[in-house]
Amino acid sequence: MDAGVSSKAVVTDGFVEAARAIVSAEHIRPADPHDAVGGAQPQVVIEPGSEQELANVLKLANDAGLAVIPRGGGTKLAWGNPPDRADVVLSTARLNRIIEHAWADLTVTVEAGCSMQSLQETLSQHGQRLALDALWPDRDTIGGVLSTNDSGALRLRFGALRDLIIGVTLALPDGTLASSGGKVVKNVAGYDLPKLATGALGTLGVITRAVFRIHPLPKEARTISCLTRDIRAAQRLMLAIQDSQLAHSALQVRVIADAAPQVDVLFEATQAGLTAQTEQLRSIVAPNLFTDPGPVVWKSRQELYGAAKRGDSNSAAAKISILPARIADAMESLASISAGKVRRNAVVQATGIGCVHLEGEPAILASALKSLRAVLEGAGGSLAIAHHPAAMPLLDAWGEPGDALPLMRAVKQQLDPKDTLNPGRFVGGI
Amino acid sequence: MDARIFKELRAIVGQRGLITSQEELHTYECDGLANFRVMPRGVLLPASAEQVQAILRVCHRERIRFVARGSGTGLSGGALPVENGIVISLTRMNRILEVDLPNARVVVEPGVINLDITARVQPQAYFYAPDPSSQSVCSIGGNVAENSGGAHCLKYGFTTTHVLGLEVVLPDGTLVHLGGKALDAPGYDLAGVFVGSEGTLGIATKITLRIVKRPECVQTLLAAFPSTNEAGAAVSGIIAAGMLPAAIEMMDNLAIQAAEAAVHANYPNCGALLLVELDGPAAEVQALMTHVDEICRNNGAWEIRVAQSDAERALVWKGRKAAFAAMGRISPNYIVQDGVIPRTALPRVMSEIDRLSRQAGIRVANVFHAGDGNLHPLVLYDRRIVGQEEAAEALSHRILEICIAAGGSITGEHGVGEDKKMAMSKMFSEPDLETMQRVRCAFDPLQLSNPTKVFPRPRLCGEIPGKYVPHPLEISGIAERF
Repeated sequence: MDAGVSSKAVVTDGFVEAARAIVSAEHIRPADPHDAVGGAQPQVVIEPGSEQELANVLKLANDAGLAVIPRGGGTKLAWGNPPDRADVVLSTARLNRIIEHAWADLTVTVEAGCSMQSLQETLSQHGQRLALDALWPDRDTIGGVLSTNDSGALRLRFGALRDLIIGVTLALPDGTLASSGGKVVKNVAGYDLPKLATGALGTLGVITRAVFRIHPLPKEARTISCLTRDIRAAQRLMLAIQDSQLAHSALQVRVIADAAPQVDVLFEATQAGLTAQTEQLRSIVAPNLFTDPGPVVWKSRQELYGAAKRGDSNSAAAKISILPARIADAMESLASISAGKVRRNAVVQATGIGCVHLEGEPAILASALKSLRAVLEGAGGSLAIAHHPAAMPLLDAWGEPGDALPLMRAVKQQLDPKDTLNPGRFVGGI
Repeated sequence: MDARIFKELRAIVGQRGLITSQEELHTYECDGLANFRVMPRGVLLPASAEQVQAILRVCHRERIRFVARGSGTGLSGGALPVENGIVISLTRMNRILEVDLPNARVVVEPGVINLDITARVQPQAYFYAPDPSSQSVCSIGGNVAENSGGAHCLKYGFTTTHVLGLEVVLPDGTLVHLGGKALDAPGYDLAGVFVGSEGTLGIATKITLRIVKRPECVQTLLAAFPSTNEAGAAVSGIIAAGMLPAAIEMMDNLAIQAAEAAVHANYPNCGALLLVELDGPAAEVQALMTHVDEICRNNGAWEIRVAQSDAERALVWKGRKAAFAAMGRISPNYIVQDGVIPRTALPRVMSEIDRLSRQAGIRVANVFHAGDGNLHPLVLYDRRIVGQEEAAEALSHRILEICIAAGGSITGEHGVGEDKKMAMSKMFSEPDLETMQRVRCAFDPLQLSNPTKVFPRPRLCGEIPGKYVPHPLEISGIAERF
């Protein structure tokens, strides 16, 4: 990557003055230690009040050679590598409007700083939802959820953010505000930049607004848990459910310490549909192993990430991806890697996306994560570290980016040639 | 292009893999949009990714522009050759490489026919969901390029929803892997960018697709309404009731007449016909179908049939799937449009199309994917009547403008290609298009891969982008350039 700028650029009085001409003074403040990202201390926090203001401030910082950290709710700022430089925190906190809920068209246009919870509350007034169960919905923001490509259990049925986002507006470091996609679900005009921005960790542009397709809220819902003998049995059960004609919305396995794995199934349907599907599930699972734990089990992913996020424990959390039929292999590898050294918990969705939570001495955590990553990558999967103790030896957050890395760098070079946005936080040093 | 280059290309693909005779080249001078024609200098039929790489290395070195082509069924001129360029036909790369049922994945070469994937996994009750009307002949490589949809994408999503990984030869001959069999590979979602890029970013040589378990029960309801307004209201009612059918299709009277003339689907002769397909667990489908029936009756449906067996369903769908081709029965020539509108704008847009149609004296038949607002107005004309072709083209462009003004899109599934590239500046601002072209520059800095398509103007990759200017729609509603 062409660094292109001196790493010694600082926030000058002149910069702050110029920023005040764009954003009113009360929305510009000196950064404090709480604003640090991965050990890097920014100097100023700016909260623009409009998309145009945000684009103008971003351009100002870019012209001054400053590094910009876009920030939403700040719940997942630990994800990714520590930034090489951090000067300006660009907060979307004031860009929090729901611009248009076209409920009869099943779409919603929302600004990046709106929290998932407040979006869902608005959508629920018309019996609708964004079919994505994100982490910390009360504090996260749409921009942050998109940038980190967060997804929960509903992904199995409704897809990931890439399948739900239909339009995006990005502020680029040169001050361009560019939109792509649109307000209609079906649209193939132009490149699909909503997908490019999703999961880019804010390294290509700052998402200022997004348009989503939304879904009706389910009429009824029921969660059923099945106790399994071991992870092999859990794997067989999940594959059998996937291979059945059940129309479940979510399916996951919970492996908590050394307890027997639990397989959770979520049905969302009419009452008639629920009854019929529960019966059908009984023909796949021995009924004495059925429990009815309620929706709380779908929060276990958040519990695992949250436990590592608190930072007061010697624990780390990572997002894993593996082929659906290799979940048991991955969990067995994890068990043997961590045996006797590390306490482990995991929740893995039937999509193959999961969260692994490990607790132990920092050096041992690092080596366990490294070993697990090698196993997953060897099977075509991946492991991205989300939270880890400060004392843990530094490990690249992402792992092997594959042979498309030069192309990814070329995309970065085109949109952010001065390496202004989140420098160094993404894969391969992007 | 001189003999030396042809000799080099022939050495890559073999004698059978290179077409240069004028007669044979005629087959490749257009795709499904036959009013644009350009003769390519040659057509290459590689049999492997290595051959595609070798061809593109030559193209890169010699600055030869190329257009990749699948079955050539596209409707926007995406596979139209470019002047002095070559066509790379992927039809010989037609193997299904892997079927992985436990993971619900298949890996295919780009020349594999869409429907052949479903045929392969059908015995285990799986299917490949995207179902463009041309699915019995169109190729997966073409589907990837165009992000093809189909009637069932309302529930199941588009091609992009089902493409998990791609092996791509970039325009300089480099082979890269985007995405993968497992989800969320680290890095940018370049597979997501590639799908639907209409052949402008390189050539896909291997595609990993998701397949879907066949639902327990499928039922299709056919309802006859006095007009598209009542049928549209019924669609709104279904959506408002919180249902997500697998498909909702609408045909107006002219389209029904054409379909009847062509395939005798035994449709009722009515103002508008609605097809609603529900799938899922049998108990769920039964419960919801009762509700759909009620909503249709409450909105003025005077005849309702529910097809239960596969044979009955096939008949109901036959007329709809044949609708484009059927236009030949009622008009010598026609233009297919592919605009999208927010579904709720349907009554307004329909009456506007009707008004313009009367004004121009040109008939318009309407077939739509009503659930997602994807219109397929068929503008009917007779080329032999002086001035009618121009009038039909003008009307068809006006329809797109109406779609944009309603907050929609110029294309829902056919692609921009050659056909609608000038309309892109009406839908997007200059900075929007510039930003897309910057992404293009990362993939194809020399602009060799299907150049001159999608964007109204090329952008040199060294150019410094201009500063922000407001969206044309912001300043003046619809700008005046076509």
